[in-house]
Amino acid sequence: MSNTPETPAALSRRTLLGRTAAAGLLATPVVSLLGACATSGSDETTTKAEEGTKSAANPLGVAEDAPLEVVIFNGGYGEKYATDVHEPLYKKAFPKAEIKHQSTQAVSTVLQPRFASGNPPEFVNNSGEKLIDFGSLVADGQLMDLTELWDAPSVDDPNKKVRDTVVPGTVEAGSFNGKPYVLYYVSTVFGIWYSGKLFKENGWAPAKTWSEFTALLDGIKSKGITPYGYAGANAAYYQWNVILTHAAKIGGTDVLKNIDNLEDGAWQQDAVKQAAQAWEEIGAKYVDKSFEGLKHTDVQLRQNQYKLALYPSGDWLEGEQKKDTPAGFEYQLMPVPSLTGSDKLPATAVRATAGEGYFVSAKSKNPRGGLEYMRQMLSVAGAKGFTEVVKAPTVVTAGSAGFAFPPGVASSQAALAAAGKDVFNLYFDGWYKELDTEARTATNELMFGRIKADAFVERIQKRADAIKKDSSVAKFTR
Amino acid sequence: MRHGKYPFVIGFLFAPVTLYVVFVIAPYAQAFQISMTNWRGLSAPQWVGFDNYRRLLDDGRFWQAVQHHGVLLLALPLITIAIALFFAFLLNVGGRSVGGQRQGVRGSKFYRVVFFFPQVLAVAIIAVLFQMVYRPNESGLINGVLMKLGLDPVLFLIRPNLALWSIIAVLVWQAVGFYVVLFSAGMASIPGEIYEAAEMDGASKVMLFFRVTLPLLWDTLQVAWVYLGIAAFDAFAIVAVLSVDSGGPDGATTVLAVEIYRNAFVYSKYGYASAMGVALFFLTLTFAALTLRLTKRESVEY
Repeated sequence: MSNTPETPAALSRRTLLGRTAAAGLLATPVVSLLGACATSGSDETTTKAEEGTKSAANPLGVAEDAPLEVVIFNGGYGEKYATDVHEPLYKKAFPKAEIKHQSTQAVSTVLQPRFASGNPPEFVNNSGEKLIDFGSLVADGQLMDLTELWDAPSVDDPNKKVRDTVVPGTVEAGSFNGKPYVLYYVSTVFGIWYSGKLFKENGWAPAKTWSEFTALLDGIKSKGITPYGYAGANAAYYQWNVILTHAAKIGGTDVLKNIDNLEDGAWQQDAVKQAAQAWEEIGAKYVDKSFEGLKHTDVQLRQNQYKLALYPSGDWLEGEQKKDTPAGFEYQLMPVPSLTGSDKLPATAVRATAGEGYFVSAKSKNPRGGLEYMRQMLSVAGAKGFTEVVKAPTVVTAGSAGFAFPPGVASSQAALAAAGKDVFNLYFDGWYKELDTEARTATNELMFGRIKADAFVERIQKRADAIKKDSSVAKFTR
Repeated sequence: MRHGKYPFVIGFLFAPVTLYVVFVIAPYAQAFQISMTNWRGLSAPQWVGFDNYRRLLDDGRFWQAVQHHGVLLLALPLITIAIALFFAFLLNVGGRSVGGQRQGVRGSKFYRVVFFFPQVLAVAIIAVLFQMVYRPNESGLINGVLMKLGLDPVLFLIRPNLALWSIIAVLVWQAVGFYVVLFSAGMASIPGEIYEAAEMDGASKVMLFFRVTLPLLWDTLQVAWVYLGIAAFDAFAIVAVLSVDSGGPDGATTVLAVEIYRNAFVYSKYGYASAMGVALFFLTLTFAALTLRLTKRESVEY
């Protein structure tokens, strides 16, 4: 230490800097050590999955005393259905198992680090604004294959497989490249919502054809009420959903299949263009320009105040608005009307799907427990309990029998029944979040009059092409 | 006194340096590492080299965000400093002389407190507040008045060429108070005799400002410029909460931090988002170095 300064003042800035750099070098191994931990994947952790012996009462071979961690998204449906209905059912079947319940409003914030460190919870309700991208979860092999669950005997009737107790399309809705990974549990019907009371008072009737629809909108406009609108600030996908539903009606369900499969020119199909053109006109004539700056809650409130007549959404709307809906409002669903007489699907056709996703983590300690939890959810008791708590129908066919739904859900269930076999769904938004974002942006541009239908389909197609070429994005087909 | 000095110094430095390394240096280093991978935030990442950076070059949204930072970088410091200087001048030396001592305008003590209010509020609250101010219908603060007067509402955050300026206005509103206080402190340290002498030579208020206040405040201005420039590279919270479709309409208000957030937490493209973060890191660094170099100038001793 010959060059040590004699006085503190002689410790020049240069030497100080030099020493700091030296300290930095010393710290480097620490950094790389830290660097290793945040992204260390689960490949080095080889947790052995718990397994028990299979029997008639335990067809999935759950280890009876293995603990089970359940994470519920505490959103529109709350968490009560899990703590009061599903968890007790599991506990009843496996009294020795301990259930660790957790609820959150930010699934990704809470769980992403758990996946990154290879210690995910068994059962997750992945939903809400901050859900973890399903496509990424599948691509990284984090999700348990649910085939075994769907093929297992159901709780109520051992001679019936679980897959036969649910609404057709449920397994497909949660499948990626043909393999089921996600359980979508809540039956969801999409359409255009209106107040039964407002329509009755004014003598308006839901429209089936396009000319009826525009006549209806004109009638509403003449009363000084905004005829149609959605929230541009954060819920533009409610509207692309309408445009694509319309496209499916015009050109058949293959239109949507092509879009989901990223086929070349899928967005430029005639049906999509025609639908976009039709809605571009609606946007120009009947939508309040200020809605682009409003959030969905604001716009939904305006409908409750009878300032807005028609609003596109799914049938969670009624439950979501329960607090703000005035007495006698009476939510009603109207399917998207047909465009012309030569549409491939009838006016009654609807987009319906199973919503609210649940999955079992493949790399958790007790994945079989997670599967069994799902089997219990899909029992009649589990489904009935859910419907009673949250007033929404599940995918379990026998689950909502005899339950008196509020008017909105009753009307959407009636629409679903009326649609018969003309029920379709689309998947690209869950598979490719980027395409969803682009479709939302383009929808706002279209509906608020900044671009034409041609530019609308062109720009989304461009993004779809880019995603197709992007090797870092996992691809899915159906 | 030399005996035991190093253990003493090291003892003091150990905790802060460790904290700094763990919470600042390490994440930075890791961002560089992750930006070279295709990490999705779940399983182990795969090395992809410079792919993410190559992709950045063709990403229209990225360049749009960079361009917005350019606008912010010019507009935010210029407007904020101009307004703050004007107010600080009025508050400190803009009024009459009392006993040879220059005073601020009447009620300057009150204004000083009022100007500082926005600084006390959390950014998220400011954003929510301005949602109400800018709301495009009759319940908005500005548009409510306009519509009462029979005028058409102004679609602040919706019209693409107005949206970014509406955001900048909020950023300026929020920042001005702090810089008024900063410049006030700087002005207070300018000796009164200089003003007195200048006044005796017949300098007007405007001349006082440009010939006396401004040159003697140069160092403070330089600091303000760097701070505001760095703020211009952020703007995340205001844009994320206030803008339509976070960064919209059609990317008209987007900034890099918003794109980083979207790519990482919505698209699960942590690798690509990190590459954007690294780009932002170098942009900020370049800016700070350039500013310090360009504004280097002899400071006046007094």
